[in-house]
Amino acid sequence: MAMDASEIEQMIKAALPDAQVSIEDLKGDGDHYAASVVSKEFIGKNRVKQHQMVYNALQGKMGNQLHALALQTNTPDDA
Amino acid sequence: MSDNPTFNQIEEEIKENQVVLFMKGTPMFPQCGFSAAVTQALTNLSVKFKGIDVLQDPALRDGIKEFSDWPTVPQLYVKGEFVGGCDIIREMYENGELQDMLKEKDVEFAG
Repeated sequence: MAMDASEIEQMIKAALPDAQVSIEDLKGDGDHYAASVVSKEFIGKNRVKQHQMVYNALQGKMGNQLHALALQTNTPDDA
Repeated sequence: MSDNPTFNQIEEEIKENQVVLFMKGTPMFPQCGFSAAVTQALTNLSVKFKGIDVLQDPALRDGIKEFSDWPTVPQLYVKGEFVGGCDIIREMYENGELQDMLKEKDVEFAG
């Protein structure tokens, strides 16, 4: 089962309202995405924690409906 | 020790082995591109690691996700600490952070 890029973006923004999210559909199949997420909520957190915050925003969809989401997280200072 | 036998098994593995990769398939025959990519990075650095195939054990396949609070496989542990999944390992390998971390943790590697 696939997910829309807009749905992924909405879920991330619901949890991290300040986030700048850009999503690329890597294969055009609605199942393999790359996302870049920039949020000040990431400041002071290591990368594992940053990715966990995005996965939590996706409420269990990652690894289930969403097979592949290559994730890159940054703070506004790094971006 | 927890009451969950799968958690105990995971704890045992990451205590007994310096570098553990929970993966789909084996290091010789990875069954998924993400597991293959992490295997490749570790192999390029000549890191000795134990690959554990979660496809052989449904309890482990679900348990490792819960244990690490991480929704996907592969997952890399170094000296008992969760380092990350495929994206993080790839990024760390490319920018040299993985090598720095191995050095810091006193894990043998080349390159």
